Amino acid sequence: MTSITIDHFLFLGAILFTIGVLGIFLNKKNVIIILMSIELILLSVNINFVAFSVYLGDLSGQIFAMFTLTVAAAEAAIGLAILVVFFRNLGSIEVQQINKLKG
Amino acid sequence: MIIYTLSFYLFSTVAVLSALMVISAKNPVHSVLFLILSFVNAAGLFVLLGAEFLAMILVVVYVGAVAVLFLFVVMMLDINFIKLREGFLQYLPFGALLGIVLIIELGFLFLTKSFSTMNLVEYSQFPELTSTENTKLLGSVLYTKYFFLFQLSGLILLVAMIGSITLTLRQRGKSKKQIISNQNNADPSHAVVKKKIKLGEGI
Repeated sequence: MTSITIDHFLFLGAILFTIGVLGIFLNKKNVIIILMSIELILLSVNINFVAFSVYLGDLSGQIFAMFTLTVAAAEAAIGLAILVVFFRNLGSIEVQQINKLKG
Repeated sequence: MIIYTLSFYLFSTVAVLSALMVISAKNPVHSVLFLILSFVNAAGLFVLLGAEFLAMILVVVYVGAVAVLFLFVVMMLDINFIKLREGFLQYLPFGALLGIVLIIELGFLFLTKSFSTMNLVEYSQFPELTSTENTKLLGSVLYTKYFFLFQLSGLILLVAMIGSITLTLRQRGKSKKQIISNQNNADPSHAVVKKKIKLGEGI
């Protein structure tokens, strides 16, 4: 059996990224699933960072993955808070109804 | 070596399948649970790569905090999720096309610029647990070279915390609470009023 190279990890990251993008695309109405898809995308990016960090023998990739994790946690908290406020005001979380600002 | 390969395929297969379930599950609670499974498998992959600290952080932060937060929100909001799934099949052909194009492009990117001429560095295949551990190495870099970024990420978390609290905090109009300043500023001359009432009449 062939040994595991960095390409395996990169392909795994690519597949997870694609699934995340697909999740945003298919669940156009459900904001919660969209937020979860964003988490999946960030996870795939983290896999790439760590794989390259180990491959190049440089720890900066892992540090950056930690910062990504921090920002992802902050983003999830803020996103869900906005979602709760939105649901309280409109009684629904459909993306199509988020057009009050007429942007 | 063979165990390393087998566990890579096990972890990655389960991660990809549970990621697929995240976006296709009917019940959002199941989606969140599959998201947790995906994160746990990604943590296993990080252990395989030799990034143990990040794997544990992934379990603690994502599974312990973010996924539970998602679970709370999904369970607290009273949403008709069946209605939200309308249009899933409508977007499926175009979405599948987009996904296929994206994966082919990314695959070409990796195939043309092949990274696989060299294996991953040795310690990922045979983890040496006795030599300098991953946590120590990360700490020696994080608190010296990336110290300001570390502080800045703490600030980001603080801003996120304050932001989400102010967003979700609401004043309930019906509650009767004590306003200390009004009590202190109360004028005693207005507190009691003397009135003369004529006999046989009311006020």
